[in-house]
Amino acid sequence: MEFAELIKTPRVDNVVLHRPFYPAVEGTLCLTGHHLILSSRQDNTEELWLLHSNIDAIDKRFVGPLGTIIIKCKDFRIIQLDIPGMEECLNIASSIETSEWRLSYVNKEFAVCPSYPPIVIVPKSIDDEALRKVATFRHGGRFPVLSYYHKKNGMVIMRSGQPLTGTNGRRCKEDEKLINATLRAGKRGYIIDTRSLNVAQQARAKGGGFEQEAHYPQWRRIHKSIERYHILQESLIKLVEACNDQTHNMDRWLSKLEASNWLTHIKEILTTACLAAQCIDREGASILIHGTEGTDSTLQVTSLAQIILEPRSRTIRGFEALIEREWLQAGHPFQQRCAQSAYCNSKQKWESPVFLLFLDCVWQILRQFPCSFEFNENFLIMLFEHAYASQFGTFLGNNESERCKLKLQQKTMSLWSWVNRPSELSKFTNPLFEANNLVIWPSVAPQSLQLWEGIFLRWNRSSKYLDEAYEEMVNIIEYNKELQAKVNILRRQLAELETEDEMQESP
Amino acid sequence: MEHIRTTKVEQVKLLDRFSTSNKSLTGTLYLTATHLLFIDSHQKETWILHHHIALVEKLALTTSGCPLVIQCKNFRIVHFIVPRERDCHDIYNSLLQLSKQAKYEDLYAFSYNPKQNDSERLRGWQLIDLAEEYKRMGVPNSNWQLSDANREYKICETYPRELYVPRIASKPIIVGSSKFRSKGRFPVLSYYHEHKEAAICRCSQPLSGFSARCLEDEHLLQAISKANPVNRYMYVMDTRPKLNAMANRAAGKGYENEDNYSNIRFQFVGIENIHVMRSSLQKLLEVNGTKGLSVSDFYSGLESSGWLRHIKAVMDAAIFLAKAITVESASVLVHCSDGWDRTSQVCSLGSLLLDSYYRTIKGFMIHEHIHSCQFGNFLGNCQKEREELKLKEKTYSLWPFLLDDQKKYLNPLYTSKSPKFTVLEPNTVSFNFKFWRNMYHQFDRTLHPRQSVFNIITNMNEQNKQLEKDIKDLESKIKQCKNKPTDGILTKELIHSVHPESPTLKTSLCFKEQTLLPVNHALRTIEGSNPADNRYSEYAEEFSKSEPGVVSLEYGVARMTC
Repeated sequence: MEFAELIKTPRVDNVVLHRPFYPAVEGTLCLTGHHLILSSRQDNTEELWLLHSNIDAIDKRFVGPLGTIIIKCKDFRIIQLDIPGMEECLNIASSIETSEWRLSYVNKEFAVCPSYPPIVIVPKSIDDEALRKVATFRHGGRFPVLSYYHKKNGMVIMRSGQPLTGTNGRRCKEDEKLINATLRAGKRGYIIDTRSLNVAQQARAKGGGFEQEAHYPQWRRIHKSIERYHILQESLIKLVEACNDQTHNMDRWLSKLEASNWLTHIKEILTTACLAAQCIDREGASILIHGTEGTDSTLQVTSLAQIILEPRSRTIRGFEALIEREWLQAGHPFQQRCAQSAYCNSKQKWESPVFLLFLDCVWQILRQFPCSFEFNENFLIMLFEHAYASQFGTFLGNNESERCKLKLQQKTMSLWSWVNRPSELSKFTNPLFEANNLVIWPSVAPQSLQLWEGIFLRWNRSSKYLDEAYEEMVNIIEYNKELQAKVNILRRQLAELETEDEMQESP
Repeated sequence: MEHIRTTKVEQVKLLDRFSTSNKSLTGTLYLTATHLLFIDSHQKETWILHHHIALVEKLALTTSGCPLVIQCKNFRIVHFIVPRERDCHDIYNSLLQLSKQAKYEDLYAFSYNPKQNDSERLRGWQLIDLAEEYKRMGVPNSNWQLSDANREYKICETYPRELYVPRIASKPIIVGSSKFRSKGRFPVLSYYHEHKEAAICRCSQPLSGFSARCLEDEHLLQAISKANPVNRYMYVMDTRPKLNAMANRAAGKGYENEDNYSNIRFQFVGIENIHVMRSSLQKLLEVNGTKGLSVSDFYSGLESSGWLRHIKAVMDAAIFLAKAITVESASVLVHCSDGWDRTSQVCSLGSLLLDSYYRTIKGFMIHEHIHSCQFGNFLGNCQKEREELKLKEKTYSLWPFLLDDQKKYLNPLYTSKSPKFTVLEPNTVSFNFKFWRNMYHQFDRTLHPRQSVFNIITNMNEQNKQLEKDIKDLESKIKQCKNKPTDGILTKELIHSVHPESPTLKTSLCFKEQTLLPVNHALRTIEGSNPADNRYSEYAEEFSKSEPGVVSLEYGVARMTC
């Protein structure tokens, strides 16, 4: 990822530049890989060319829809840009601001961390040598990396593996420096450990552990217990078994559903994700998330927090990018976790429906905000199917390193290339979608959570009438679009005719 | 009014029901002759009709005041904190009295005045004409007729005056049968299936004890089976659990002995009685009101309340009934003990499955049961009592209000194309039954989805109708324009030839596409994400005030979930 890729809005018109002792200049603002340029696009007017590297700090202000960015330069100059449109202003600000972060190629050969991708985003002030040291202090070499940047307030979500403190409380200066480097002056952060305090303490005996607050004084640690591995797998097996037996009477069905604990896991994961999102959006605090390896519950939380916070991750392309970034590149071991599903009798050590639980949580949020997602339930079901068995190479292997070795890019097809064909996309598009730029807070009360019938009762009951109702709904929406288009055409036609009449009347 | 000592209390707190941190709204509580009213500092009003109140409780005094918990029949639960115990006590006593009005005449329905004149009021009461309804079913006919046996409520006080019975059942047979049935509720027609020529009849349990018989009753049942020209066999469904029915025999009541009645097939369906149902609902509501409820407790509570089990039992019974009619063309006689609770459930649900008319709003009104007492429909226990109360003169009927407001109740996905006798065959596998959140938590808005597909589609349907109209208008206007004298076209061509850049084109380019969705936008505002939403702003304050330790964050999520 180059800097140019961070530029979301490369050009904005009608920007006003204010400098001391000069008249204000209105013009077009452009961002390039190296410069911020403002041009009035008139002859004889000077243009502003500002190197990104000259920017020392920036401030943002909003008055109604008008945003103002104040840029403080390393040569002590201070300039002000008035940018119409909040979205544009935030995009510009975040593009020139993220300079606190850099791309690191330290893992180019997968040597530092076998489960990380070759390129990761890390704090700018931490060099690759330090990263190598931090990697030795983190489980699986998974040093803290950037997972999500919250444009609105510049707070971030980072993720990592557990620190290898062991029983004698080993420390790592570089680790402490790295984590602190992500905080702005005077700001505090939260470390969300996805294990209970008890489990985290026990991990020390095996060389793992958790951050001692004394060594990370700007950080507070929170333990939220999310179940892992075989416990989740057993939960899935029990749930599917309960769903497959149509002879259960009501009491037995309810007690089996309860005993499976599936919805309890859903609630735990969603609650932790909401907590993470609250830290970022409400508390204005950055967070670091990890459990043990940082490849399972950690990714559930980081990706769900993004669904809650970031409108783009609720679009089809945005969600695909999220899966790619937070699951595939982040090293969730799909091969191990999805080798067997609910019907396998032999005891397997690595299987766990971590990804399915994530999809189920997304479905729960989708149900509560049925108009805020560009994709529908079928999209999630499709992803579930391909994670477990697929003719495409996307979900093969346990991490990028394995995928590289298998030469999947050359030898297999990508799922996305197929899904993104218009004929396929139409099946996955939510007809009710209307872009919603807000943070969406789901309810996690038991009364608000439901069994995902589209997955678990799919083969056990006919959905004929539900499908009919859905079709009827789509018809109403389609008809509405048709009518609106027709009204617009007719209005235009009438306007044309009326203008002609006027022309005739006043020659 | 004599029960009201305090009419207004200030600085009362209304607690958030699910909040673990006693979050509250402060406002003023008013007590009127008919309502309890709370107006919070944002001027939001909460109205509670006294008659809706199921339970008032005064809890132990706390440091902030005296807690008063009010549970309503419509599942609203409010928790007030009144600063002074004296005020709390006054309100508590008043509510106790006001919510337990013994006399019907004190009910709100008798003082409710929706500004209708007398003829409008009368029309409201005539909206539902049962004779008309039986005519729709195809009754009277060669097998069924109207009986005047109960015209003066002499045979059965709790039955209406007009009853339909088999044509061959004579009055002595009816009178004899009624003497052999609990509360005199002899078998009468509830629903007639014109296509299958089969009937649903209802009654109360026979006074059979261990061995008693009644020839007239046996004859009446036989008359019902003979009134069905297709299938002589009829089902007798006892909707009680077998054990309950057997226990009734000791009290001289019981159930039909198959040996004494010809051509009947007797069947128990095991629906529990009202006492079991009532405590089941109480248990369910109790579990769901728990603060910080876990998934596990929710499901074990749901299971042990037995609520869904009861729902399933009623459904299964209704399906059995519908199948007897559609598959076997057999008539069915349904009873329980008195034949007014379980029997009503099964008969009305059964006919809903059988006859698509009852799935329309007008059709459903006949079966509708709701609590509201602004209207007289559900006041009194039977027609006789309603007549004595002179409800038609003194109160208003609910039905015209529902019809006027029916947009609110219309299902936008409903298609009326299906023929009259499309039978619904719901699947009653246990996993198809779900907790009805929108009913039992109808006042707990934070538990509901934040965007309503139902509202959006309903509005879109409305909008489509408007758009269709707009298109018609526009088309006729365009037609008018085009029909203007032909020299217009000439001028137009002239202009075109003179100006290469057509002015009309410019106009069309300038024409702004109109967005036509103002209503929907308002609807899609998300409750939880609205910055004005009190819950979050208050939450944010607390967040920054408190030490950002583990506890406050945990607490934060608990808040957010509620």
